[in-house]
Amino acid sequence: MTGEIGELALCLALALSLVMTAAGIAGTRDGAAMARSVATGAANGLLVFVALAFGALVYASIVSDFSLLNVAQNSHTLKPLIYKISGVWGNHEGSMVLWVLVLAIYSAAIAASKRGGEKLTSAALGVQGILALAFLVFILLTSNPFVRLDPPPFEGAGLNPLLQDFGLAVHPPMLYAGYVGLSATFAYAAAALITKQQDWARAARPFMLTAWIALTLGIALGSWWAYYELGWGGFWFWDPVENASLMPWLVATALLHSALATERTGAFRSWTLLLAIASFSLSLIGTFLVRSGVLSSVHSFANDPERGVFILAMIVGAIGGALALFAWRAPSLEGGASFEPASRETALLLNNVFLAAAAATVFVGTLYPLALDALTGTKISVGPPYFAITFAPIFIALLVLVPFGPRLSWRKGDLTASFRLLAPALGIALIAAAAILAFTAPRTLFGSGAFAVAAWLIAASVVDIRARGGQALRASALASVLAHAGLGVTLLGVAGTTLWRSEILEVLGPGESTAIAGYTLRFDGVKAAKGPNYDAARATITVLEDGQTIAVMHPEKRIYPAEGQDTVETAIRTTIVSDLYLALGDERDKARWVVRAYVNPLAPLIWLGALVMALGGFAALWSRLRVPRASPTAVAEAAE
Amino acid sequence: MRHLFLAVMVLIAAAPAQALPAPDTLSNPVEEARARNLQKELRCLVCQGESLDESNASLAVDLRRLIRARIRAGDSDEAIKNFLVSRYGDFILMQPPFETRTYALWLSPFAVLILGAGIAVWVVVQAKRRPQGH
Repeated sequence: MTGEIGELALCLALALSLVMTAAGIAGTRDGAAMARSVATGAANGLLVFVALAFGALVYASIVSDFSLLNVAQNSHTLKPLIYKISGVWGNHEGSMVLWVLVLAIYSAAIAASKRGGEKLTSAALGVQGILALAFLVFILLTSNPFVRLDPPPFEGAGLNPLLQDFGLAVHPPMLYAGYVGLSATFAYAAAALITKQQDWARAARPFMLTAWIALTLGIALGSWWAYYELGWGGFWFWDPVENASLMPWLVATALLHSALATERTGAFRSWTLLLAIASFSLSLIGTFLVRSGVLSSVHSFANDPERGVFILAMIVGAIGGALALFAWRAPSLEGGASFEPASRETALLLNNVFLAAAAATVFVGTLYPLALDALTGTKISVGPPYFAITFAPIFIALLVLVPFGPRLSWRKGDLTASFRLLAPALGIALIAAAAILAFTAPRTLFGSGAFAVAAWLIAASVVDIRARGGQALRASALASVLAHAGLGVTLLGVAGTTLWRSEILEVLGPGESTAIAGYTLRFDGVKAAKGPNYDAARATITVLEDGQTIAVMHPEKRIYPAEGQDTVETAIRTTIVSDLYLALGDERDKARWVVRAYVNPLAPLIWLGALVMALGGFAALWSRLRVPRASPTAVAEAAE
Repeated sequence: MRHLFLAVMVLIAAAPAQALPAPDTLSNPVEEARARNLQKELRCLVCQGESLDESNASLAVDLRRLIRARIRAGDSDEAIKNFLVSRYGDFILMQPPFETRTYALWLSPFAVLILGAGIAVWVVVQAKRRPQGH
């Protein structure tokens, strides 16, 4: 039954998305109040039925209903409950249903908020309807999670053990909240072009912020998961899948800044629209890269192109449609007011130039090898060294400029006064650089430079709070202070880990010791342990500092018999300023084991910084949602 | 032929074991550091986006051994890289070479930056000319 209910719910959702599209577009005419309420109703109905379908899939996974092919392929009776649930979005079909669920949640939120007035809301719902329609057709035709299996097997194939982790339970939903959240911004931008309403950016702001916060946290969670789960102590690999999430983040960050200027002074109107289109397009491209199989091999994509071609068609449709709309309506957009070269507007423009170049770098670096292989058959690799040479200097240059933005006034700012105000922060940055150069090894220009920039960002945020005085506690002011300081904190973590990481690889028998970065590690042996669906070899390693025991750590090696795979379960002891990271390898000779140990100074700051950035986003969101909703006329007047 | 070889290797190493590889270190720390550096600059041919340094695939283990054998035999880093490129192609280099077919790859980030800066200057000049107020 569950499968039939789920499939029926998806079909009804498909019908409702059609209704939502038609009613939403019809609702943009004067006096079409009826169509508008139909669109709102359809948005709510869409949410109900997609949630029902998603619920059915979760239920089928929980009760191990192996008559569903999807559950049989990806679940197992012995899997703990949390992974039965999170396993639903650990596979292609389920993750696509989650995608549409998030889309439906945003649609219902747009319908409920009615931000930007009746007509803009209606048009935005129409656009969301088209997106929901495309994805639902995609699911039903190529990725139906409710396909039956007859006869049902007694046991499922299980889930990749790497994915049986808390990280997987939270990382994809968070990332999707970001990816799909950009659909709301895209919908508002398209709606603005359809209705010729200029003030869409204000209406879309809370959705833009929500998406950005979710993307920031989603990427950070993914990086953290890779750090503790993969066993190599790395936090970012410039893997195409990671890049796929970084591109929309860079463009969404540019959008947040550009939209600020558009909202405030009407500057960069066309550019902000283009960024809204681009950020969601990159979300779609990310989905294509991850879901089509094109990454593992261009050839595997060519052999089974159904899904990939469908998503590619969606990308072309979304980008082409939006750009056509843009080309048609953009000439009628009003230009912004004048501004001086030294002004907030110029600062935001520079922010956008650097972020666009950074995003272009990731885009080219990710897609170039695919294109080259497809066109010429030559295979090349674009790995971390490429991004260190291209992306890093562009992004560092951006970070150097960041503190000036909030200090410059709109239209006409005072550059000299900004320099004077920021002088203490510059002093702190230079002292930091000198101290790093004088007291730490290895002495590198990159190292001291990175610490100087990080100190500059954090100190400038403190200076900023002081300069604002009584205003400092206002959420809207705190937003940029926190977001920019968070960048500095993350950079501290990246620089510390890259520069000062220690690493050892030893074969140890019971009672033997080794040393790393001031710690002594005593290997006390390995015991067999049993988990709910795995067998583990559990090591006991005592950590001593100056002869005192400071911790007992248990890195594990797990074997999942159902899936026939092993995983490395690292043990990490963190003091916030440093991580001691242990991973257990193979058994070599009798009772002697390979042990890998890392000390990663400042590593936790990488993710802590992302959290601070997200807090900045929350502060901005808070300041927006507290302000009572303005009527369209009031908004229009305010924009004059 | 190279493609056939790759395909075979992909099949052999299709299920990446998660076990950490055995330490296979050179006794001379300077040589060992060279080996580690080389490993980071070379790619595991059968994994997705991992360097030789962080791969568990059996081919990666073999190549790590090969690198050490060559270092012991007195080869320079360049010679080892050239040897591996001649065997596996540019695909093995984490940092793609700067040559005709990768000019666009290497130069486009900076081209976008310069183009963007040019547009920004133009926009700022236009904005200053526009009448005050709005």
